[in-house]
Amino acid sequence: MAELEAWRMDVRDWLAANCPDAMREPVRSADDHVWGGRRWVFASEAQRLWLERMAAKGWTAPEWPVEYGGAGLSPEAHAVLREEMARIGARTPVSNFGFWMLGPALLKFGSEAQKRRHLPAIARGEIRWCQGYSEPGAGSDLASLQTRAEAHDDDFVVNGRKIWTSYADRADCMFCLVRTDPDARKQAGISFLLLDMESEGVSTRPIQLISGESPFCETFFDDVSVPRENLVGELNQGWTIAKYLLTHERENIGGEPPGLLKGRDLGTMALAAIGADAEGRIDAPSLRHDIAGLEIDAMAFRALVDDVRARAEAGQGVGARSAMLKYYGTELNKRRYDLMMDVMGAEALEWEGERTHGGQYAREWLRSKGNSIEGGTSEIMLDIVAAHVLELPRG
Amino acid sequence: MLLNDDQRMLADLAARLFTDKADPDTVRAIRDGRIDSGYDQTLWQAMGEAGLTGILVPEAHGGMDFGLVGAGLVAREAGRRLAMTPYVSSAVLAATALGAADDDDLRARWLPGIADASAIATLACDEGRHHRPHDLATRAEAGGDDGWHLQGEKTLVNDAAQADLLLVSAHDGDGPRLFAVEAGAAGLTIESTQLLDSRSCARITLEHTPAQPLGAGRPALDASLRAGRAVLAAELVGIAREVFARTLGYLHERRQFGRAIGSFQALQHRAAHLSVEIEMAEALAFRALEACDRDEPGADALVPAAKAKAAAVARLTAAEGVQMHGGMGMTDEFDIGLFMKRARAAGHALGDYRYCTDAFARARGY
Repeated sequence: MAELEAWRMDVRDWLAANCPDAMREPVRSADDHVWGGRRWVFASEAQRLWLERMAAKGWTAPEWPVEYGGAGLSPEAHAVLREEMARIGARTPVSNFGFWMLGPALLKFGSEAQKRRHLPAIARGEIRWCQGYSEPGAGSDLASLQTRAEAHDDDFVVNGRKIWTSYADRADCMFCLVRTDPDARKQAGISFLLLDMESEGVSTRPIQLISGESPFCETFFDDVSVPRENLVGELNQGWTIAKYLLTHERENIGGEPPGLLKGRDLGTMALAAIGADAEGRIDAPSLRHDIAGLEIDAMAFRALVDDVRARAEAGQGVGARSAMLKYYGTELNKRRYDLMMDVMGAEALEWEGERTHGGQYAREWLRSKGNSIEGGTSEIMLDIVAAHVLELPRG
Repeated sequence: MLLNDDQRMLADLAARLFTDKADPDTVRAIRDGRIDSGYDQTLWQAMGEAGLTGILVPEAHGGMDFGLVGAGLVAREAGRRLAMTPYVSSAVLAATALGAADDDDLRARWLPGIADASAIATLACDEGRHHRPHDLATRAEAGGDDGWHLQGEKTLVNDAAQADLLLVSAHDGDGPRLFAVEAGAAGLTIESTQLLDSRSCARITLEHTPAQPLGAGRPALDASLRAGRAVLAAELVGIAREVFARTLGYLHERRQFGRAIGSFQALQHRAAHLSVEIEMAEALAFRALEACDRDEPGADALVPAAKAKAAAVARLTAAEGVQMHGGMGMTDEFDIGLFMKRARAAGHALGDYRYCTDAFARARGY
């Protein structure tokens, strides 16, 4: 305990001295998020400096081993770092799929050469990764994917089409699932490949969403050559990695909502937006009741997430329970945005203009509708809970 | 929360004791008059011998002083087995009020009996149909050498007919506070009845009834209510857990259209949703109990949140449990209905879902 407290003081001092003031401002728009990568253009010198300083400490990927660009922190020490960053409102210096998806996969399944080549580049924010899982015909039924990779002596030749690849048009590299054995049972013939988006034959097309943004693309592969060394894990064993990552992704859900609602509670927002009655309470009883109901559910969800984390740290697996968190966390977030729209009323309907930062209320509300679809739909999560937690018979 | 070794031992002890000694069928026995004491005396004595009735009583007065997490672990097991005892009234509400009362004589007089189950005490804090603990019509008058006297009516006084001591809230001119009234006191009338969950409950009338004020004023009342709500949340979680376990068993066992009904996705998704709700209600209930034990400032928001959540989840689970049991869920022969009735009464006690949701909003400053 004393050691952790000493660590906390060190972290606090370092952050005070090194986190630029501009990087302690709340994230206002998409430009404030640093994705990194070969083509990244920093919005400010403060952004660049903050990333450089944090990467030099290994604190962009705090729990990764030092030799792969991390700081080798224990979960407890990492928690202290997170708390101290939150205390001063420090922004995340950089994040992309390399940190939260590929990194953990390589640490578990990658070869030594792959770890040394890719992890430090991710930690320094030099390479921006995207994820190539879904296909037009393979959404919830992911294992039916059809993108082919033919194995040759020194490369794979990839043909096919991915969809919902996040920022594929701006990413440097993609980790993807491809079919390497078309004759095997569907989960058995899949491999996990890394490919460079600048390779000949790769093209992307952004998809415009109901929010007006285009965070996702379609990605097309036309005889794309991928070196053999870019196969992660064994040939035809990619489904194991995919399952691990999907579980890992779900475990990471349950953090604070991003954007407009980050660090703000709806009660305070409603007091400001609607006004107070004689007792100093939100002057709209039915809205007040709904907000309190939502905040109670959020508090219960937070308590469950804390319990699941504590159990995981005590060595009890999370496993299929991560589907519970994914399900409830995303449904809760949608309810939160629905209520935010109720609270902000007419102002939340504005689609453009300074006052709403270009219709941020409406756009974030619309974007939240995807939360319970991406990363496995709520219905798939409930299937997983029914089958693997409750052990109900297959339908 | 992760339990420490002592808490795990207590949880195991409570699980064993209630599995052996408590049976939902006792609810029917009391309802149908086969047991006429109004509660399960055998179980109550066993709880006393195991120290569970003294779980919140200081060691100096013969108790375990285990804290509210411990009291919640006991309540959860009691909920699972529908234990028909005055546990919440006596071991939680009264023990907490007396503990907070700053009155050595009262403590020495009553706490040892509460701890060993030889005495039963209860709290009389409600007046109308709804819980409004600070808005009281019952008056306390100081009569000089004569001492204090109470005038008024109370409703929903659990276990009043069995109680040796009633802690009655009344307005003393400055605000609400608690008074000790002994069974048989002059001017005390107890109109005892059964609630839908077959528990003993009463309306009481106080006509110039002699009473002894508890020191500490309103804080003793509020401490008692807070502890009671947090412990009831744990009991409601126990009810939800048991109903869900039985329903899950039925989904496996009941066959229609040539297969187990648990294989139908329409039921699977509802069951999966319930399982998440129950886990959340449980996590929040024990988070709230822990916050009380640590006297965290956030406890005033956590406790009503936990009670509201547990009440809503127990109600949903019981309703889904009856529906998924089909016609059998509507029969008195199956226990599911007993759990639904208890969930309704425990959900209402000390502030229902609406009251607690509003109390949470107040605690959060909106």
